[in-house]
Amino acid sequence: MAARENPLAQFIIRPLVPIHIGGVDISFTNSALLMVIAGLVLTVLMLAASRRAALVPGRWQSLPEMLYEFVAKSLIDDNIGPEGQRYFPFVFTLFMFVLLGNLLGLIPYSFTFTSHIIVTFGMAIFIFIAVTLIGIARHGFRFLTLFVPHGVPKPLLILLVPIEVLSYCIRPLTLSIRLFANMLAGHTMLVIFAGFVVPLASFYLVPALFPILIDVLLYFLELLVAVLQAFVFAILTCLYLNDAIHLH
Amino acid sequence: MPQLVVSTFPSQLLWLAITFVVLYVLMSRLALPRVGNIILARRNQIDGDLEKASAMKAEAEAVIAAYERALAAARQSAQGVLKETGDRLAAAAAERHKLLADKLAAETAIAEKRIVEAKSAALNDLKSVAAEVARTAVGKLTGETVDDGVVATAINRAVGEHG
Repeated sequence: MAARENPLAQFIIRPLVPIHIGGVDISFTNSALLMVIAGLVLTVLMLAASRRAALVPGRWQSLPEMLYEFVAKSLIDDNIGPEGQRYFPFVFTLFMFVLLGNLLGLIPYSFTFTSHIIVTFGMAIFIFIAVTLIGIARHGFRFLTLFVPHGVPKPLLILLVPIEVLSYCIRPLTLSIRLFANMLAGHTMLVIFAGFVVPLASFYLVPALFPILIDVLLYFLELLVAVLQAFVFAILTCLYLNDAIHLH
Repeated sequence: MPQLVVSTFPSQLLWLAITFVVLYVLMSRLALPRVGNIILARRNQIDGDLEKASAMKAEAEAVIAAYERALAAARQSAQGVLKETGDRLAAAAAERHKLLADKLAAETAIAEKRIVEAKSAALNDLKSVAAEVARTAVGKLTGETVDDGVVATAINRAVGEHG
């Protein structure tokens, strides 16, 4: 590379198999490829590793079991309760899909589909609509009491109810922007610091080691962020489901 | 900024929906039930094993209790046998002792009787010898014959005086 690469170039969507139907571009892209790879990795992990059901699990068998029990207990049971087990497959798929999207994106030259607002927003708006429908289906008009906080003096409700409604309605935005922004910022930083290496090395070799060191440290931070943001995304989904099921 | 290129949105949303739905179906129909069953089977196995172990422990405790009961009964019956045998032996010994003592007493009585008889026979012999000697001595000294009755009276008196 002659010039320093644009830090945002890594996010460019490149069609791999161009498909156009009725003037709409639905090409199979690098983003779609990583989604498929994430799906394959998860499927192989869950199916192949549990093929031989040993009583005492080996290393590979215990991985899907740990994931299963983590989502079933720490996400569903602790946040929703027994009623939440209905949504266990969805939360599990969501958590693992986002987690693998984040982690696979950290492989050099791969692509992070969770760094695109439309993807995170697509998931968030689906969750938002589903949670709202579940709440209405379970409670009917009583679902609106979700916007009325307990133990608050009546006059304050005039102020608080609109705030509650607003905070409810911006949930898809906060949920999607949190994940998207974390991924965007992390990957941009990695490329910015990587971009310092070659220009510095052309002058002095030793100072060029500093951006490399920073990138190594950032990489570990990004691994943490990848896991943490997938966890946050899933746990917020669980909390929203809990609101819809239990109304606070 | 590539994130804001709206023309890529339909493709991203479509492939997100496709991969997510396929993945959801695979997970909910295939993978999660399988893993869940493995975990459930393991939990059941462990519970079953624990149950079996506690049943075996109870059984072992029952066996130990029965063993201890049998041991106590055996010890008690052994003590009974020991006591009975001791009593029987003591009784037999006492009986034999008594028999022996009776026999010895009877023999002693017989022997004493014989001694008394021998003694009186010897005394009678002595009396007749003494009467003969006395009569002869009187005859020699006085030349008189002494009546037998007088001699016998005298001797009896003398014997009575000396024992």
